[in-house]
Amino acid sequence: MIPNSPSQPAQAAALQLDADGNLKHFLTLDGLDRALLTDILDRAEGFLGVAQQAVKKVPLCRGKIIANLFFETSTRTRTTFELAAKRLSADVLNLNISTSATAKGETLLDTLRNLEAMHVDMFVVRHADSGAAHFIATHAAPSVAVINAGDGCYAHPTQAMLDMFTIRAHKGGFAGLTVAIIGDILHSRVARSQITALNTLGVAEVRVIGPSTLIPARAQQALGVRVFHDLRAGLRGVDVIILLRLQHERMTGGFLPSEHEYFHLFGLTEKRLSLAAPDVIVMHPGPINRGVEMDSSVADGERSVILEQVSNGLAVRMAVMSMCISTQNLWLRAAGETAPAEAADA
Amino acid sequence: MPDSPAVSIRGGRVIDPAAGLDEVTDLHLADGAIAGLGPPPADFEPQRIIDATGLVVCPGLVDLSARLRQPGCEHKATVASETRAAAAAGITTLCCPPDTLPPVDTPAVAQLIRQLAEERGHARVLPAGALTRGLDGEQISEMAALKLAGCPVMSNADRPVRDTRVLRRALEYASTYGLCTFLHPADAYLSEGGLVHEGRMATQLGLPGIPEAAEVLGVARDLALAEQTGARVHFRGLSTGRATAMLAEARSRRLPVSADVAAHQLWLTEDALAGFNADARLIPPLRTAADRDALRAAVAAGEITAICSDHQPHEPDAKLNPFPQTAPGMSALETLLPLVLGLVREGVLDLCDALACITCHPAAILDRPVGRLQVGAVADVCVFDPEARWVVGDDTLVSRGRNTPLRGAEMTGRVRFTLFAGQVVFDAAAV
Amino acid sequence: MTPNEPPIANTALFRDAAAVETAIARMSQELQALLRARGATSALMIGIHTGGVWVAERLHALLGLTEPLGHLDISFYRDDFTRIGMHPRVRPSHLPVAVDDRHVVLVDDVLQSGRTIRAALNVLFDYGRPASVLLAVLAERGGRELPIEPNVVGLHADLAPGEHLKLAGPDPLTLHRGSPPAGRSGGSEAAGS
Repeated sequence: MIPNSPSQPAQAAALQLDADGNLKHFLTLDGLDRALLTDILDRAEGFLGVAQQAVKKVPLCRGKIIANLFFETSTRTRTTFELAAKRLSADVLNLNISTSATAKGETLLDTLRNLEAMHVDMFVVRHADSGAAHFIATHAAPSVAVINAGDGCYAHPTQAMLDMFTIRAHKGGFAGLTVAIIGDILHSRVARSQITALNTLGVAEVRVIGPSTLIPARAQQALGVRVFHDLRAGLRGVDVIILLRLQHERMTGGFLPSEHEYFHLFGLTEKRLSLAAPDVIVMHPGPINRGVEMDSSVADGERSVILEQVSNGLAVRMAVMSMCISTQNLWLRAAGETAPAEAADA
Repeated sequence: MPDSPAVSIRGGRVIDPAAGLDEVTDLHLADGAIAGLGPPPADFEPQRIIDATGLVVCPGLVDLSARLRQPGCEHKATVASETRAAAAAGITTLCCPPDTLPPVDTPAVAQLIRQLAEERGHARVLPAGALTRGLDGEQISEMAALKLAGCPVMSNADRPVRDTRVLRRALEYASTYGLCTFLHPADAYLSEGGLVHEGRMATQLGLPGIPEAAEVLGVARDLALAEQTGARVHFRGLSTGRATAMLAEARSRRLPVSADVAAHQLWLTEDALAGFNADARLIPPLRTAADRDALRAAVAAGEITAICSDHQPHEPDAKLNPFPQTAPGMSALETLLPLVLGLVREGVLDLCDALACITCHPAAILDRPVGRLQVGAVADVCVFDPEARWVVGDDTLVSRGRNTPLRGAEMTGRVRFTLFAGQVVFDAAAV
Repeated sequence: MTPNEPPIANTALFRDAAAVETAIARMSQELQALLRARGATSALMIGIHTGGVWVAERLHALLGLTEPLGHLDISFYRDDFTRIGMHPRVRPSHLPVAVDDRHVVLVDDVLQSGRTIRAALNVLFDYGRPASVLLAVLAERGGRELPIEPNVVGLHADLAPGEHLKLAGPDPLTLHRGSPPAGRSGGSEAAGS
């Protein structure tokens, strides 16, 4: 009598892909298959070269307007998206919504409608609520592409893809890898997206390591991970270690007694690192709390690839943005609208 | 109210669960009361004859929880709009929770709601009185006065009373006046900040969870207080299998406790949240398939005796936001009967027992002489077509609230006529 | 297309390997003369992905150039991005030596509309400001849509306007003619030539 609701991956796929399977929005890695994730990584390789040019710009998004809608302030993430958009030759609007519209009682939909009236082509959204990017993509005009720059505790797909890019660059691929993610999985949108990406790309095992207070309910079934509460056991033989940032609020929220005890049990030290595979790489989405998540000697050590992650992030974001703009151009043509003249004369 | 005409409902399958009656016969109504079953009384001259061939004739449904949003939230719905929807759903008596604005903590608000309903005359509205003033969980309300103003039960709506001592006093005070107390079992600390069932979907969607233990603790605490005080306690809306087991244990010791479940909890699970579906955000939250099956088993075993709609209509904007900022609750009056009939098709209950869960059993919990077809009883009657199919949508719903995760689902079973105190308040052919 | 892919379906051989190698040998002689006349002693040779790189590899060896060969991918600069979407396989452009104030020889396989060369010049100028640019193409055919003319041509192809000319390689190099393949992959031809 009541049909089963389509699963989250199925619904996410329907929202993000057009009828031909082209990427329309980039909200989550749920529902995207291995071929598409590999395609994003391959395209990102191509964009690495742009940094070598004297003029570090390509004209793929000329005449397009990309709005950075940040409902939650994050200078670092906003800057990388802004730079990626500018390297694609798009015009960029930066909007800090938390301080303007919503304070005056304007709803999120009102804000969207206003920006659509300015002919914005793409929204890059950062929001404190899980599902905000889904909501915006569902309600945005069909000509607008939406990219999730992090929503609540749900997803941060570009961050996860740049981590995948870094892993592939070092390991050549994903088959057979064991990856450990350490820290606050419960509140981490980065971890959720990384786990989905790693499982889709076919690693052998994803482990999550942390105290029970920071591991979400039914993590094993819900996310497809193996749960460890003992750092030493969890690190044994792993090829990749991903550390998550520990927010100070976790102490006041009663999730942890102190940073000191956390470091004592879950902080990454040289000695603990030696339990992992000899060619292990250490990753962190930044910014690092030295002496809480890891020792400085590990952060700056030879196994650390933390700084590479930053430069790869630009190429991955350019790849994803250009793919969504490309799908949008196809849609605009199919809808009988003329593509912007500026782009056609390139 | 105008004088009620004499009506004969002929040839229907008349089911009166209170009397164990299930036979094809005629039902006669006069002066707002049941005048006779079978052959008409002497000198009976019907002014209207309803042909119920192929239809089921049962008592008007009794719903233990339906929010009407008036006073205070008229942009969502009104007593007029929702009692009209209730009539279309076959519901003739409904109890509304006290969380209006202002709450039902004074006789004036209770009287206002009853008066608004009486002016419309679509259904009998019984406002639950606030257990504590302003529903603040600190100061007990003037329950005796509220009872006089027509409140059949006391309730703190879905706000748990944090202070156990206050709850104890409130239960004792309510029992002094023979009032049953409706409790939403939830540990305030564990449920605070939670949006959905803490489980697989919460983890996948990165949403804060309401653990099963929140309800289990609530039931445990409330049962202990019920036993301590001897007060009559009714659990308003169970959602976990574990809580039903505790309920069954308490009832086996003959504690005066009862419980209901919202009809949709017997069908939907946390899976309905996929895609951040805000229409599936409910309190208590939709839980696992195992919980749903346990709730069904508890209904089948007669531990949970009533099924209600837990109707919570919203204006469209209330759900048009990122998931965590949306309002919980679904519009549910009109899906109550078909969802209960679905349990019959799936073999959970037979038709007579299923109808008991939405007629005489909830009437007993409210301690009101409704939900039955005995001669002399008030003539609240629902006539429905058990095979009629319809699809839930904007074009089929009467309620102002269109917020339902069942949108697009095909329902089987639809009301044809509703008679409230002998008056035809809904006629599907006239819509 | 990848080197191992068989020559395009529904095509016929237009020039065999021997004819192509002869044409390239003639191109190298013409280029040598041209570079000498310009006084460009240490030219930078840059091939355009994919066929242009194959031709450039041979010319580079024949001319005995000392600077390493560069290659350009023009996908990011195509003018039909808004029509056909993005090319799925983009290899990063690789210019091992700075192009500023250098004499550049740009090499492509087939010249038709001139749009590829327009895009290639844009890429090149985003890397720097060369002293001069010479254009060498293996096959030249009619249908120019932009004012672009080659300095060195291996062979002239007289084909119907709708017909397709494609270089298969990298070894042996053969030219094929036929109707363009259907679907989105046909786009590579649209912007090329």
